[in-house]
Amino acid sequence: MTSESVIREPLVTGGKTVHDVTQDICSRVEQKPAKSWLLAMAVSLATLGVGTIAVAALLWEGIGMWGLNKTVGWAWDITNFVWWVGIGHAGTLISAILLLFRQRWRMSINRAAEAMTIFAVICAAMFPVLHMGRPWLGFYWALPLPNTFGSLWVNFNSPLLWDVFAISTYFSVSLVFWYIGLIPDFATIRDRATNKISAAIYGALSFGWDGAAKTWSRYETVALILAGLATPLVLSVHTIVSFDFATSVIPGWHTTIFPPYFVAGAIFSGFAMVLTLLLITRKVYKLEDYITIQHIELMNIVIIITGSIVGVAYITELFIAWYSGVEAEQYAFFNRALGPYWWAYASMMTCNVISPQLFWFKKIRTNLAATFVLSIVVNIGMWFERFVIIVTSLHRDFLPSSWAMFYPKWADVGVYVFTFGLFFTLFFAFAKFFPVINMAEVKSIIKSTGERK
Amino acid sequence: MSDTKNFLVGVYEDEDVLLDAIKTVRSGGVKIHEVYSPFPVHGIDDALGYKGSRLTIVAFLFGLLGTSLALTMQLGMMTVDWPMIIGGKDYAPFPSFIPVTFELTVLLASFGMVGTFMVISNLKPWGKAKLLDIRITDDKHIVAVDLGSNTINESAISKLLTDSGASEVNKKTL
Repeated sequence: MTSESVIREPLVTGGKTVHDVTQDICSRVEQKPAKSWLLAMAVSLATLGVGTIAVAALLWEGIGMWGLNKTVGWAWDITNFVWWVGIGHAGTLISAILLLFRQRWRMSINRAAEAMTIFAVICAAMFPVLHMGRPWLGFYWALPLPNTFGSLWVNFNSPLLWDVFAISTYFSVSLVFWYIGLIPDFATIRDRATNKISAAIYGALSFGWDGAAKTWSRYETVALILAGLATPLVLSVHTIVSFDFATSVIPGWHTTIFPPYFVAGAIFSGFAMVLTLLLITRKVYKLEDYITIQHIELMNIVIIITGSIVGVAYITELFIAWYSGVEAEQYAFFNRALGPYWWAYASMMTCNVISPQLFWFKKIRTNLAATFVLSIVVNIGMWFERFVIIVTSLHRDFLPSSWAMFYPKWADVGVYVFTFGLFFTLFFAFAKFFPVINMAEVKSIIKSTGERK
Repeated sequence: MSDTKNFLVGVYEDEDVLLDAIKTVRSGGVKIHEVYSPFPVHGIDDALGYKGSRLTIVAFLFGLLGTSLALTMQLGMMTVDWPMIIGGKDYAPFPSFIPVTFELTVLLASFGMVGTFMVISNLKPWGKAKLLDIRITDDKHIVAVDLGSNTINESAISKLLTDSGASEVNKKTL
C-alpha cells in the first residue's frame, strides 16, 4: 500500500484507477433509474404535492392560516427558516474552509454537500417569502427598489433586510461555486454520451470545457479565491440571521453570544444532514470506496466539536442571565428551562448536548447505524433549539395579561412538509442526473492517496 | 482551409510522467501548443512556463466596485434621498451599512471573477469543445504540438514524445 504518509489511511479504497472513477460515477447518471430511486422520488413528489396544498391555502387565505397570535408573532415560520439555513451551512463550509485548510477528504463529499446546501437555502427562503402574505409585492418590501407604497426606500438599519442580502448572496455564490466544479464533470459525461439527447444536454451544461492546462490553472485560481470569499461569507450568513434576534430588545434574544453560537449550531446541523443524506447515497450507489469510514469519522468529529461549542453556549447563556442581575433576563431563562415549554428545552439539551458526546467513543463514531440515528437526532435537537429561542422568549410577554401559548395549525405543519418535499425532490433529482462525486478532484488524488491493489 | 492546423498528439497515462515529458519536450526545442488533462495537475504551470493568473486582481477590483456600489446605494437612499431618523440612529448609520456592504463586496467579487474566467477561457453555454482526443475527460493526458509553429521535423518530434513516455503518438487535424 502506498499512501502519502505512513499514518494516513487511503482516502479512496478498493484500488481504483482514474478510469474506474469515471466509470463508477458516470454509470449512475447513464443507467436507467433504479426501482429504489423511483420509489424515493415518488414519495418526495407526493410529499411536495401535499405540502403544495398548504402553501396554496396560505396564499389564498393569508397567514392567518398559521397558529400565530398577538403574543407569539413568530413561531414555526422563522424556526423552520433558521433551521434550513443552518443545514445549508455544511456544503460551503466543506468546499471552502476545508479547501483553504487543504483537507483532501472533502473531495468525495463536497459535491453532494454543496447540492444539499443550495437546496436547503431554497427551502429556507420559502418562509420569508411566504410570510409576506402577498409575496408578489415582496420586491418592493425586500429589495431596494423605488416605490410609492409608503416609505420610499427599504430600511438598511433592519437586520431583516441584511438577511435578504446575506441569504441571496450566499445562495448565488454557493451556486456559482458548485457549478464551476460541475463543469469538468459534465464534460466527462458529455464525452461518454451514447445518445443525442444527453450529448446535447450535458454538452450545453459543460460550457465547451476542453481540459486545457491554461484553463485548469485559471480554474484552480478561481476555486481558491471563491473559497477565500465564501469562507467569511458562510460565517456571515448565520451571524446575520442571529442579528434578527440579537439586535432586538426581547429578553432571551438580546445577547452578544448569538453570532458565534448560531454559526457553530449551523455547522453542527449541516454536517448532521450531510451525514444523513450521504449514508443513504453511499449505500444505494455503492460508493463505499469513495466515502469511507474515515470520511464519516471525520465528519462525526466536526459534530462533536460544534456540538460541544453549542453546549458551552447554552450554559454560558444561563450563567450570564444569572450573573447579569437583570431580572427580565433571569426570568426569560428560568421560564425557558422550567416553564411550560420545559419539554422543548429538555429535548434540545438532550439531542444537541448529550447525544453527540457519544461520538467520543470510536466504536460509535465509526458505526454507520449509530451515525445515521444520531445525525437525525441532532437535527431534531437543532429544530427544538430554534423553537425554544423563538417561542419561549415571546410567549411570556412584558405584560402578564398578554401571556399566551403557541399551538401550530395544519398550515404550519403543511408548509414545513412542503419544504421537505421540495428538498428531497431536488436532492433525488440531483443524485440521479448529476455526478454525485467530484470526479476531477477525486482523480487528482487517486495517485497520492488511493489504495493500491 | 487557413484555420485548420496539424497537431502531433502525445498521449500520457500518468501525471508524473507527463510533467517530466513536458520538460523533456520543451528542452528539446519543441514548442508545445497546449496540454489537456482530465484533472488539474500540480506543477504543470511551471513546467509549461505559464505565469500565475491575474484573476485575483480582477476579483479584487470587482470587490472594490461592490464595496463602493453598496456604500453609495445605502448613503444615497438613507442619507441623501430620504433622510429619516430610525431608532434614534444617525442619518448616516455606518455600522448598519456593514452587513450589506460586505455581502455586495463578496457578490460582485465572485461574479466578476467567475464571469471574467468564463470569457477568457471561452466557456459558454453554447460552446463546443474541440477535443484532440476524447479520452482527456476520462483518464488520459495529452500533449499537443502544433506542427505549423515548429521548425523541427515531424518524426523528430514524434520520437521525442515517445521517448518521454507517451503511450501513443497520433496525428490530428483540427
